[in-house]
Amino acid sequence: MATSASAYENDIKNLKATELTLGLPGTHLQENIPIIDQEKSSASSSSNKRPLQLPHEETSPAQDCGSKCSNIAKNTDDDAAPPPSKAKIVGWPPIRSYRKNSLQEQSEAAGGIYVKVSMDGAPYLRKIDLKIYGGYPQLLKSLENMFKLTIGEYSEKEGYKGSDYAPTYEDKDGDWMLVGDVPWDMFVTSCKRLRIMKGSEARGLGCAV
Amino acid sequence: MECCNKRRMMKESPESNFMNRRGSSCFPDEVLERVIGMLKSRKDRSSVSLVCKEWYNAERWSRRNVFIGNCYSVSPEILTRRFPNIRSVTLKGKPRFSDFNLVPANWGADIHFWLVVFAEKYPFLEELRLKRMTVTDESLKFLARSFPNFKAISLQNCDGFSTDGLAAIAADCKNLTELDIQENVIDDKNDNWLTCFPESFTSLEVLNFSILHNDVNFDALEKLVTRCKSLKTLKLNKSITLEQLQRLLFRAPQLCELGTGSFSQELTTQQYTELEGAFSNCKNLNTLSGLWVVTPQYLPVLYPACANLTFLNFSYAPLDSDDIAKLLVHCANIRRLWVVDTIEDKGLEAVGTHCPLLEELRVFPADPFAEGDARGVTDSGFIAVSQGCRNLHYVLYFCRHMTNAAVATVVQNCPDFTHFRLCIMNPGQPDYRTSEPMDEAFGAVVKTCSKLQRLAISGLLTDLTFEYIGKYAKNLETLSVAFAGSSDWGMQCVLEGCPKLRKLEIRDCPFGNAALLSGLEKYESMRSLWMSDCKVTMNGCRLLAKEMPRLNVEVIKEDGSDDSQAERVYVYRSVAGPRRDAPPFVLTL
Repeated sequence: MATSASAYENDIKNLKATELTLGLPGTHLQENIPIIDQEKSSASSSSNKRPLQLPHEETSPAQDCGSKCSNIAKNTDDDAAPPPSKAKIVGWPPIRSYRKNSLQEQSEAAGGIYVKVSMDGAPYLRKIDLKIYGGYPQLLKSLENMFKLTIGEYSEKEGYKGSDYAPTYEDKDGDWMLVGDVPWDMFVTSCKRLRIMKGSEARGLGCAV
Repeated sequence: MECCNKRRMMKESPESNFMNRRGSSCFPDEVLERVIGMLKSRKDRSSVSLVCKEWYNAERWSRRNVFIGNCYSVSPEILTRRFPNIRSVTLKGKPRFSDFNLVPANWGADIHFWLVVFAEKYPFLEELRLKRMTVTDESLKFLARSFPNFKAISLQNCDGFSTDGLAAIAADCKNLTELDIQENVIDDKNDNWLTCFPESFTSLEVLNFSILHNDVNFDALEKLVTRCKSLKTLKLNKSITLEQLQRLLFRAPQLCELGTGSFSQELTTQQYTELEGAFSNCKNLNTLSGLWVVTPQYLPVLYPACANLTFLNFSYAPLDSDDIAKLLVHCANIRRLWVVDTIEDKGLEAVGTHCPLLEELRVFPADPFAEGDARGVTDSGFIAVSQGCRNLHYVLYFCRHMTNAAVATVVQNCPDFTHFRLCIMNPGQPDYRTSEPMDEAFGAVVKTCSKLQRLAISGLLTDLTFEYIGKYAKNLETLSVAFAGSSDWGMQCVLEGCPKLRKLEIRDCPFGNAALLSGLEKYESMRSLWMSDCKVTMNGCRLLAKEMPRLNVEVIKEDGSDDSQAERVYVYRSVAGPRRDAPPFVLTL
């Protein structure tokens, strides 16, 4: 009985984590329904529109500050609510409309997220626009066409099997990662440049560390 | 052409003036006026005018330029009565937070009734420089008709006019030397205003139309640039192509300040070489801006012109770190640099490496509303610049988070900051390494930078920040505060501690009536106070207005808001009394 209850609790936690909410993760929520009530109204989790207050572990590190600083704000001034998210505040960040509109226009016009692609042994680099691809298959196909090579099949355990080449990328932290490990959207925002590794170096990457 | 100055009646002969020992001056008025007339600094003139009556008069008759920081602090009648011989007027209108949509439209600061008075009292007016004023086409047309000697008009952050107004200026101001339109809200009617400059017109020295969206008549522009041999400043809009730029540069190699058009076009090798040649021909170029949309392959055409550049404004050109690094190698003489944060920390390291003479850095965000792990610049870029650029005294830095330690390091490297504006874009963001408030960062700034005149603070801040400011920032003149502080005590510290404070602008802070009223004695020595979305009530404002009759205490009321709260308060000293042109939503208490 106990195990099924905790399993059920886990399910509820996971369900809540994926539920769509209006607030940012970690923002202070007004309703705080204890788990025990959820068990009683077993099938009615969907009727509860407001999610439970998410425990800190479930928030990403970047948001930890958000929940912590809202606590600090509350300690120092009981009346202050946590600062609302940027998008809802008038005139913040303090950038003149002309500049805002101009840069927005440019990013819309420019559209792309251009990253350099180097290939070991090639005399010059190329540049591609990550935005035009829907996912990894299209990206890899395009790389194969561009450099006239075969990259092979991606597998979580063994990297790119069946070829001498492995596509890698440098992320925001400066680390070289294997292309394909993270969800596509995360990859697009964190990829700074691509490098197609060749030969023994490439094979080394794919092996379990 | 010598214009007739208004002269007062000489009641006494020069000899009797000389014998008059009652006043402190032994000189005839003309001599005194000549001497005092050489003073250029506003502060000096102000001091001089307080010495005695003779000096006051000599100063007022000899003054040619006047600067009015708040157009409602004085009336045009009072101005023209005191200063009869003005040639150049600078006026600032709306509170600065109107740039960020905190002031409703039609708030005021209309130039028109000033122009009407000037037309009568200053018919020889030559220059008008306006910031945050409302300027209509009617006003521009009136100006063009009313002042035959008019030379220079500069409009910054103004609104209310269209290219029709520019056409009127072009057509009627025969002696125009400067037409400078910056960051205004302008209705670009896509018409041929440039063609309105007559064929015989050759006096232009400054032309800035960079904010216009639409195409201009290039043929007219090229002819204008060709015949205006004294043209020193040319700032184009994004519709001008690289090919057109090359043609203009060919016509005007004497340019000192250039704002390019878009830097992206398919160029043939021939065109590329010609463009490069055009830039290397511009030996006097010290300022470069524009770019807008950039094809990085073409940036090298700028390299020949970079050596003499002192001001590089790439704040509308999102370059990446590689491109900026390659360019900066050639820019050893840069003093002022404005960039977009797409250059990231790596780009800032290049700044630190290649630009040791840098004095001013502004980093603008490409994507201010991005949530989560967006790119941009961080504390390490800030430190890198401070290590390489020890002369840095002006910084405007937009970032997503910062640490106290980094700011302390920066000011240790560069203790001469006069302007320190740090904008951590997440409101209430603490030190991201220690999770503490950012109090110590700004504490370090005010303790170390004794010359600090302007400060903008952000991040998670308690009253301690304000205690530091009040205790150490003895030269502070302008303070901008948002989402900071814990109690009234914070604002009190600043009002009581900063003797030179002139402008205080506050938004979204827990400061209430006690804080507001603690500045009773202070506000008359300041230009203005702005408080929005704080805890001030109508009663507090009424009390302030009652106690200090020479202040204008204005509340901007929004529809449907709580009647007792004063959401937006604007307090300023004035010798002109309450506004006569206030719209219904501005309540003068």
